[in-house]
Amino acid sequence: MTGFWALLKRDLTLAVREGSALGTALGFYLVVVAMLPLGLGPDLKLLSRIAPGVLWIALLLAALLSLPRMFEADHEDGSLEVMATAPLPLELAVAAKALAHWISTGIPLALMAPVLGLMLNLDITLTPALVGTMLAGTPAISFLGSVGAALTLKARRGGLLLALLVLPLYIPTLIFGISAIGFASLGQDGLSASLLILLAISVASVAAAPLASAAALRLQMS
Amino acid sequence: MFRADRNEKFLAALRLAGRAQQDAGGPDAFFAVAKREASQLYRRLKSRTSTAVLVNFANPLCRRPIRAGSSWVDRLFLHADNLTVERGTRTVISALSFTAKAGEALLLVGPNGAGKTTLIRTLAGFITPAAGTISLNAEFTDQDVAEACHYVGHLTGIKANLTAEQNLVFWAEYLGARESTPIEDRVHDALSHFGLSQLADYPAGLLSAGQKRRLGLARLSVAHRPIWLLDEPTVSLDAASTDLLAKLIRKHLANNGLVIAATHLPLGLEDPTYLRLGPAPSTGAAPGDTLSGGGAP
Repeated sequence: MTGFWALLKRDLTLAVREGSALGTALGFYLVVVAMLPLGLGPDLKLLSRIAPGVLWIALLLAALLSLPRMFEADHEDGSLEVMATAPLPLELAVAAKALAHWISTGIPLALMAPVLGLMLNLDITLTPALVGTMLAGTPAISFLGSVGAALTLKARRGGLLLALLVLPLYIPTLIFGISAIGFASLGQDGLSASLLILLAISVASVAAAPLASAAALRLQMS
Repeated sequence: MFRADRNEKFLAALRLAGRAQQDAGGPDAFFAVAKREASQLYRRLKSRTSTAVLVNFANPLCRRPIRAGSSWVDRLFLHADNLTVERGTRTVISALSFTAKAGEALLLVGPNGAGKTTLIRTLAGFITPAAGTISLNAEFTDQDVAEACHYVGHLTGIKANLTAEQNLVFWAEYLGARESTPIEDRVHDALSHFGLSQLADYPAGLLSAGQKRRLGLARLSVAHRPIWLLDEPTVSLDAASTDLLAKLIRKHLANNGLVIAATHLPLGLEDPTYLRLGPAPSTGAAPGDTLSGGGAP
């Protein structure tokens, strides 16, 4: 497992040094959410009703922006091929990279959501539910996204293809993320059920996605 | 994938269309592009279906660890039997058999496109051969060659935003988890062998091509692997650095290592075995049975 932690550490170091991926994702998130009230008009009731959905969808799109870079850099400089011949199984290497993506993109986006929620007049009591569901749901975004990133690795300008492949896979996360916040806003106790389903989706994708991603990467390298 | 003459035709059509575009709207360019795209897609689909794409799921989580003792190395050999490799629809290597033994350097020689890189990538496990087997001897039967090898390809595997030392430390941790020597010692030795100690704290992105190459090759000595697969390792190296690489290879061979390298240079090795690939020259053997010991490249 030394290799796993070494790779995680390296990817996080690179994410900090390069910085552009996170900056782009956070900036995109901010811009999309900031533009929405301008488009819809200053109807506070309407904004506060649609806020959770807007925050979730914008988060998905922002996370999608940085996905293509997940394997691209390592493929371009040959690191990926060396990793494929290492004692650490490629599946675990993929898991380390997806985990690094979650830590460097998913968590900052989830933490930024309540700040943006203020711009949409989101009920402040919903903030814990919003951040909680986003933290529970974003691992699925990174890990499922790794499959798409691996499949479109060699496709030139594969970003759009990646979106087409991956966005449908995010639908369950989106549905249960929104429903959890809906339950919380109505004061019903369905929150924990939705949160558990979100966690289950995340756990399932953490377990299964690395296998698919590694298979796709092997195909890309052949 | 796309044949050169077709590309030329396409370019000619584009040029024509460019001229046409100045007069009229230039639908020729559109049709040329459409035709090329369609034919490319067709070829890609055809090659996908005709080449069996096998993904190795062979229980990657419980592979046997490489033992770093000395009991097995003196018996190590790599045997390729009747190896046939296809790229797309073209057969690059057909019915090739050879054996490489520990303590021996096998140099792959042949003209461009002869299949040197393809053979090395096949041995490293990136390409699934269409027929034939690659095996290590009894000690290794259930182990991939990939696990027992260092693969050095055309790319260096160096991150521009990390320092030279950080790059090597990462590879030492990632590849050499089972080594007993401390990581700092291994990295320090590797850097000083390739004369990079002065540049250890320098961002790797600012190194020259040759220095990057040396840093990539330094990976060879931060983790032990019995088999080294080197694809044109001397590219962009000067004479002195090539000597340093040769020294490292000789040391590896003396430790009963096995080196398979695609190269145009003799690498300063005393008695390498040459494996000639591709269309046979007048003095060489026929392809398919091309192991000629000690011959000049």
